[in-house]
Amino acid sequence: MIEVHRLVKRFGPKVILRGVEFRVVPGEFVALLGPNGAGKTTFLRILSSLARPTLGDVRISGYALPGQASAVRQRLGVVSHQPLLYGDLTAEENLRFYGRMYAITDLDQRVHAILDLVGLANRRRDLVRTFSRGMAQRLSIGRSVLHDPEVLLLDEPYTGLDQDACDMLDGVLRQVTSRGRTVVMTSHDLVRAANLASRFDVLSRGVILASVARQALHQDGLLTFYREALQ
Amino acid sequence: MNVRSQVEKIPAHPAASSIPFRHYFQAIGAVVWKDLVAEMRSRELLSGMLVFSLLVILIFNFALELDAATRVSVTAGVLWVTFTFAGTLGLNRSMAVEKDNGCLDGLLLAPVDRSVIYFAKVIANLVFILLVAAIVLPLYSILYNVNLFNLGLIWVIFLGAVGYVSVGTLLASMAVQARTRDILLPILLFPIVIPLLVAAVKASSGFLQGLELAAIQPWLTLLVVYDVIFTAVAFMVFDYVVEE
Amino acid sequence: MQAQPRVLTILDYASALLLTLATGMVFFYAPTEAVMGLVQKVFYFHTATAWVGMLSFTVSLGAGIAYLRTGNRRWDLVVLASVEIGMVFMLIAIIMGSIWARPIWNTWWTWDPRLTTVTIMELIYAAYLMLRQGIEDPDRRARFGAVYVILGFVSVPLTFFSIRIFRTIHPVVIGGSDPQATGSFDMTARMLQTFLTSLVVFSLIYVDMLWHRIRLGELADKVEQLKLRLS
Repeated sequence: MIEVHRLVKRFGPKVILRGVEFRVVPGEFVALLGPNGAGKTTFLRILSSLARPTLGDVRISGYALPGQASAVRQRLGVVSHQPLLYGDLTAEENLRFYGRMYAITDLDQRVHAILDLVGLANRRRDLVRTFSRGMAQRLSIGRSVLHDPEVLLLDEPYTGLDQDACDMLDGVLRQVTSRGRTVVMTSHDLVRAANLASRFDVLSRGVILASVARQALHQDGLLTFYREALQ
Repeated sequence: MNVRSQVEKIPAHPAASSIPFRHYFQAIGAVVWKDLVAEMRSRELLSGMLVFSLLVILIFNFALELDAATRVSVTAGVLWVTFTFAGTLGLNRSMAVEKDNGCLDGLLLAPVDRSVIYFAKVIANLVFILLVAAIVLPLYSILYNVNLFNLGLIWVIFLGAVGYVSVGTLLASMAVQARTRDILLPILLFPIVIPLLVAAVKASSGFLQGLELAAIQPWLTLLVVYDVIFTAVAFMVFDYVVEE
Repeated sequence: MQAQPRVLTILDYASALLLTLATGMVFFYAPTEAVMGLVQKVFYFHTATAWVGMLSFTVSLGAGIAYLRTGNRRWDLVVLASVEIGMVFMLIAIIMGSIWARPIWNTWWTWDPRLTTVTIMELIYAAYLMLRQGIEDPDRRARFGAVYVILGFVSVPLTFFSIRIFRTIHPVVIGGSDPQATGSFDMTARMLQTFLTSLVVFSLIYVDMLWHRIRLGELADKVEQLKLRLS
């Protein structure tokens, strides 16, 4: 589903990614871990077609980036730190707007279904400006799956959320990923990641240092794995 | 929750890319509608531009002590200076909204051509600037006791606004990504927009003073040429401004 | 750090030598013009520097387009170098023009099409430099700069035409038939030779400076890279 081969990304003289190799099969849920400044966000931006690779191959669902970016975007859902929502529009209007941008058929039904899915049906007519961060993030996830993408990319979705909001987010993520979606999620929060992901990769100093499947980990083994990988 | 099965049953996409052409215009419509609705709710942009315009006109009133005769000849200049300065406020605000909430990414993620964003922003900015002009013109008429209900003048304002917004939207997209965002846009915009300004002022003045069309014609031609050239150029380079 | 290439050093000496030659021609070879007297001699270097200003503007346009097409950083350096140099030469041309204008037209300045356009050009150059200053990311800086240079270049002829419809008192040396324009004169053979020599000499100086400035930019880039490697 996702194939990354020898990916290099430079910002002027600074090299952020130094030849990343990354492969995800359909249905996998990969938690991408790593310290700050490792390049996780940059990596995700390249996968989401928002940034261009300096060198290397990136393919999603068989389509190459950046050449076939438009085809990729159709099949991609992205959640980042910022909710990508318009504060002066209602929840419903936000979803309808994105629905039109993605040329979704049966828009009304779909918007209602998504609002129900993320538990915001009763706030559909409220301006997003009035939402708490947790609610905005849930709506953002709804936005990202509105067009039923094959691949979902999440960049630190738990940032700035309290315990309850995190739990709610977990619930939504489980719903959304149970359908066999391919997911890549970056996170600082090892505990949350451990609950959801089927595979854990560590990105540091511009390369993927280690990768392990969930079954291969013992209980509490994730922290050990992470620490060892960074040495 | 049984919602999951509901979500699965509804097909998300139309079959293949059966209507890409219609989708292009649908997307432009969606973005324009979004901008207009959001602005109607907050009214920050419009009220800012409006108040600023009135203040500028007020300052001119005191700065240039004019008798009735001179007033008619400077009206065109005063109006266009006002629009030029107030316009930068609108342009900045319009792009800042996208940039500050990261919403620009949301637009860039959509499977549409980049030019959709450009044209939609141009149309939305055009609407805002014309709205402001529609309010400023009658007010100016009253305050200065000058008759501005002139079809030719309105036509010139429209043409001038189109050119201004075409270039301005592009430059605002760049300026908003710089640290010195607020002061940078006027610095970038004003030198480039001078031919438009000259033509607009001369044409407006011509219509207000009741000159015959033949004398005003070259200015109108220049306006149209400017509009066409810069819309085309802006459309061609816009991709480079939004991609990373 | 490599020493500067041999050719460049030769160019340095050649430029200095030819500049001396041209100055000599201006003062000793070319005849003194009958009507205007000594001050007319400003004309040779004034037009030469103005010509370089125009040339560098065109070079920066070409380099800007080349950068957008290829993404090669080299071109961005050429744009920057050309703009900086062009700005300085244009300023020199303006000052020399003023020196010439004072005794002839009895004014230091006038808002005729050519002078106005040139002033606006200077402002566009300055805006370009300010644009670069405000952007951190080097790739974006280069891209935006290139875009702005293109816009600027397109606007200048339009500016010129828009103001030309007013009367001009700027002397039209080559062609031009406005009888109202004072200060125009016919060139003798010697004047023509001096004029053409000045043009060539200043073009050479321009190339010399451009090369130096590009070299400077490349060395600065190298320093940045080395700094990053150390940290």
